[in-house]
Amino acid sequence: MTRREFFAIVGGGIVVILIPDDSDAQESGGGARRGMNQRMPEQVNAWLHIAEDGSITVYTGKVEVGQNARTSLTQAAAEELHAPVASIRLVMGDTALTPFDMGTFGSMTTPNMWPQIRKASAAAREMLIDLASQRWMVGRAAIAVADGKVSAGQRSTGFGDLTHGEKLVRTIPAGAALTPASEWKVAGHSVQKVNGREIVTGAHPYAYDVHRPGMLYAKVLYPPSFGAKLASLDTSETEAIPGVKVVRRKISGEREAGSDLVGVLAADPATAEKALAALKAEWTPLNGHPSSKDVFDYFRQTAPESVSPRLDLASYTVAYIAHVPLEPRGAVAEWSEDGKLMVWTGSQRPFGVRSELATEFGIPEDSVHVIVPDTGSGYGGKHQGDAAVEAAVLAKAAGKPVKRNWTREEEMTWAYFRPGGLIEAGGKVNPDGALAAWEFHNYNSGPSALQTPYRVAEKHEQFHRSKSPLRQGSYRGLAATANHFVRESVMDDLAHSVSMDPLEFRLKNLDNERLRNVLTAAAERFGWAHRKRAPGRGFGLAAGVEKGGYIATCAEISVANGAVKVVRVVEAFECGAIVNPEHLANQVEGAVAMGIGGALFEHVDFAGGKVITNRLARYRVPRFADMPVIESVLLDRKDIPSAGAGETPIVGVAPAIANAIFDATGQRLRSLPLVANGLPALSASSALA
Amino acid sequence: MARVTQLEINGTRRHLDADSDRTLLSVLRDDLALTGTKYGCGEGQCAACTVLVDGMPTKSCITKVGAVAGKPIVTIEGLAPQSPAGGLHPVQEAFLEADAMQCGWCTPGMILGAVGLLTRSPNPTDAEIVTGMNGHICRCGTYPRIARAIHIAAQKSTKPGAHA
Repeated sequence: MTRREFFAIVGGGIVVILIPDDSDAQESGGGARRGMNQRMPEQVNAWLHIAEDGSITVYTGKVEVGQNARTSLTQAAAEELHAPVASIRLVMGDTALTPFDMGTFGSMTTPNMWPQIRKASAAAREMLIDLASQRWMVGRAAIAVADGKVSAGQRSTGFGDLTHGEKLVRTIPAGAALTPASEWKVAGHSVQKVNGREIVTGAHPYAYDVHRPGMLYAKVLYPPSFGAKLASLDTSETEAIPGVKVVRRKISGEREAGSDLVGVLAADPATAEKALAALKAEWTPLNGHPSSKDVFDYFRQTAPESVSPRLDLASYTVAYIAHVPLEPRGAVAEWSEDGKLMVWTGSQRPFGVRSELATEFGIPEDSVHVIVPDTGSGYGGKHQGDAAVEAAVLAKAAGKPVKRNWTREEEMTWAYFRPGGLIEAGGKVNPDGALAAWEFHNYNSGPSALQTPYRVAEKHEQFHRSKSPLRQGSYRGLAATANHFVRESVMDDLAHSVSMDPLEFRLKNLDNERLRNVLTAAAERFGWAHRKRAPGRGFGLAAGVEKGGYIATCAEISVANGAVKVVRVVEAFECGAIVNPEHLANQVEGAVAMGIGGALFEHVDFAGGKVITNRLARYRVPRFADMPVIESVLLDRKDIPSAGAGETPIVGVAPAIANAIFDATGQRLRSLPLVANGLPALSASSALA
Repeated sequence: MARVTQLEINGTRRHLDADSDRTLLSVLRDDLALTGTKYGCGEGQCAACTVLVDGMPTKSCITKVGAVAGKPIVTIEGLAPQSPAGGLHPVQEAFLEADAMQCGWCTPGMILGAVGLLTRSPNPTDAEIVTGMNGHICRCGTYPRIARAIHIAAQKSTKPGAHA
């Protein structure tokens, strides 16, 4: 795109383009006055536009999935532009308007995109000062920018007055100076969700809600079990329904359902459902698919190497769990007459979905426009473009826009899952409580947070990449939950083996100051030192570090008639300088709530290639009645750059609860979920002992 | 086959032509473009699809449209008072005040469920909120904030001069 074309889209005004530190930054400063036919730089992280009417628009490829990135990134711009939050609009996750972005995952928005938008905004503020300085013929030092106005002495004007008639582009490298956290006025404060009003009035259009003129509704035929192949298909009854079209296409993308996409289309969803039900398909099942009961042996059998343990190891298991984003996958696809494709879909990787679509149809990425409206959550579960590909294939065949929204059952069967895992771990401790040796093997669930943060002379930690019978992928915190669950359970056992308090034992073996701080803070708020032991009560704690965030969790549980209830959770979290205290607290509390599900009861049951827990009636997620009192303790380190907070606060929940159950019952539960069917039988008596 | 040709929605008579066996959810979303009402599970397990029928929270995904013909229906789009000033219902205001949402998909159903609860029980205890709202799922886990929002809304409504 040339600058002329760019301004034709955005209108006049000024534009700041932020390029990565390592790309050619020769344009810095002087680039503003170059020719309009010059191409825009290829590698761009973000850009910001101040229009001739003064409206401020920030463009980023990140998406909003409930983590409140839209609000935090707006705060970033407001902070450095010295402009009101309400004057700034963010365009997010639109592949035609925003710069390329890998995706919204790995807790990277805050450490990466947030400072970049601040830098672009700071540069824009400096350009406004330049313009005012030229217009008013006063020195830059005499000019102030505050509350969306530029002023010098008695003179004051809005941004639009200065940008009117301009077509300026400034390209700046990512390494520009920023306002230190100690001086923040908007960042670091609890700005309300910027589009909260659209949410509470139902006005926000999610991808699932998109409607296009002449749109058809699609249903897709899926096999009755994983890996089953379509042996025969009779479409005659379906095709006899007025207005119904059947489409069968080979598709190339990653697809558990097989390489043939069979879809039905109708003008309304009820007819599409009838059309799907009328298809007569015969399938050849894939035999020998492991079940959820024998999958842990399968992990060991399919690991590339066999292990000869150095220490005594205990075996732990972690079940597959489902993301259950409340907005299921969905997409609307529309082809233009000149062969261009437009797709609305809920995804954490708009540019990844664009790439999937371009590959599927063998067309240039420029011919595919993916729009991701703020999405009904993801939790790591919306990385792929399955619904988008289905909608686009069917829309191409139909010659009309097509909506392909997944049902809950499809979402809970054909999406991917958080990996299950087998973990074997153990340690040795000296009589004085010093950790002497450590060994840890994770099969399949993943390597994140595999390494112990505790001081130990001799350690062996390994991830074994087994085969997974289910399609698996990212999840909030991913394997960090499994690895923290096991590590912190073993640490608890080691503390008890030398009759040390679990907190004291951890602090004794911990050098990391930030981790020590959260442990101390959580224990203090929780009242760990003064906890009152009583029959049927248990107290546990856990700590850890992941993705630049430091976490300590204390849990109190009660046990009655074999049922475990989490009564209170105190969680201390530190991720550098706090960007938005209220939203951070919300993330921490939400992670605790979600973590309780995976800790206590969430699990995907599967057998014979079928997911048994394929509906909410069969797959339990946390509800109001499962909620403990949740208290977050947020440590604000203004001297440390902000890290992301959407994931790490989940990792301490399961081990803190497991350790509390041990405290109450003397039972060391070594499987997640811990009590899917209540406590094992002996619990009731030992809880009362 | 029986047809439904009009519905009383948000104080307005809406004309349509729908098979009376269809779900109210689909008719709202697909025929009347009232997409503020959300699909979450299709089996009455998550209550994202909650609307008010005769003032009672009703799961529209398991309610046939034929069963609500002639009854007043309120969706999230019609909850706020219809005034040029664009004010919000106290429960909507309270959800904003308590930051009682993350992704927002459950929020419309949550708000209408809370309106129903406050009608039955104008100043509910924590236990009443848990019992009254337990059918609603918030996968982001903002339950404690939703409970706080319901308390805030209860206080707003019991103040003199509060929104009716």
